[in-house]
Amino acid sequence: MSKKVMVLLGTKKGAFILESDAARADWRLRGPYCETWPMNHVAADPATGAIYGAGGNEWFGPAVWKSTDHGESWSHSSQGLAYEPGQEPISTVWSLAAAHGRLYAGVQPAGLFVSDDGGESWSHIDGLQKHPSRPEWNPGGAGLILHSLVVDPQDAKRIWVGISSAGVFHTQDGGETWEPRNTGVRCDYFPEDQRYPEFGQCVHCLVMAPGGSGRLYQQNHCGMYRSDDGGRSWDSIEAGLPSSFGFPAATHPRDPETLFLVPLNGDIAGRYMPDAKAAVWRTRDGGASWSDQRQGLPQQNAFFNVLRQAMAVDALEPAGVYFGTGSGEVYASADEGGSFTRIAEHLPTISSVETLVVDA
Amino acid sequence: MPDVRTEAQTSGGRSPAVVRLTPLLVALFPSAERRLEVEAGSVAELVDALDARWPGMRDRICDSSPAIRRHMNVFVDGRRASLATPLRPGADVFILTAISGG
Repeated sequence: MSKKVMVLLGTKKGAFILESDAARADWRLRGPYCETWPMNHVAADPATGAIYGAGGNEWFGPAVWKSTDHGESWSHSSQGLAYEPGQEPISTVWSLAAAHGRLYAGVQPAGLFVSDDGGESWSHIDGLQKHPSRPEWNPGGAGLILHSLVVDPQDAKRIWVGISSAGVFHTQDGGETWEPRNTGVRCDYFPEDQRYPEFGQCVHCLVMAPGGSGRLYQQNHCGMYRSDDGGRSWDSIEAGLPSSFGFPAATHPRDPETLFLVPLNGDIAGRYMPDAKAAVWRTRDGGASWSDQRQGLPQQNAFFNVLRQAMAVDALEPAGVYFGTGSGEVYASADEGGSFTRIAEHLPTISSVETLVVDA
Repeated sequence: MPDVRTEAQTSGGRSPAVVRLTPLLVALFPSAERRLEVEAGSVAELVDALDARWPGMRDRICDSSPAIRRHMNVFVDGRRASLATPLRPGADVFILTAISGG
């Protein structure tokens, strides 16, 4: 059966959906959805086809939006999506992950919630908040946010989260107890003799490689890393890249050795494309070597950034690669990064990019 | 229990508060109405009544402190109110988005 590809966009002014057939050559834009709320993460549950939107509105607070008709209509809920009275209230929802029939949400200030009814109601997984390091967590530039959520596809009790800037934390018991997993990850912003603490790392994006090996990759404020032991130890893979700074990371849908990154020129250098020339950097060997993929991308005056959740792949063969820019453009590759085409422009700042492939 | 009625449902003899909701709030709840009458003794009771009628509306008006959201304004008889503000019979209530949140 022929397939349809949807590229799900979270933006500062609502959700949008780009749609194409499997050739991925002709795209149609729909939206804005979600009443133009700022949407940090719009993602689908491939098991059900439902699309969820994580966001927060300065007026109305946090909510998770939901569409069961591929974006044509939406509802929202924040039932149970709250800390106890007296605690700092949740301002916005930052991240979503659907796995094992459950839907997880990461929020600001950093915490983890779960829904067992498709986003209608939520429960706080409070074990993370009870970690003894919690009083020492410090916010990154975007606040104290739980932005990365990785649920082991083979074991529902194993979850990794990325919190800026508390680092990576892992649970093996479904969220009751957690431990930091940041060994080997630098904090260049700490004094020289304190740059490898137990926690406090500024993880920017955490992803899991396919294939069941448990390999993790992370783009950090201070370097790019790979872990082959569930995050217990991390090895730098930044050699060969133009900087150690960037936000998104996207794994290949089938090959654990392939990873896509978008390094920026540096955290105190403007945070745009190195030399103002856009490139996606791809490794085919787990980060041992890198190639810059530039075909179709602007090679002059590219002063845009790509935010932490704004790059994704699709599940087709060959895999599509997509990223959205701070300046509201979406670039797509139908050949695993070999060449790109701009498929949308003039959108609001793009916070997230995800994909959903369905039968046409 | 607070009583929420639309204007058409209001009977004579009682003096419910007259409540106007910002269109942005109404847009989030498909069956919500921009103007309604509510019998409630305080803003907190009014919010209870709105949430009972349109589940989830409390979360849009109030945070978990609990308090009226920082960038939401509830005006009672022309004055900014808190959840504790009492409502007199026939009170004039506006629930609006603040300019600061825009």
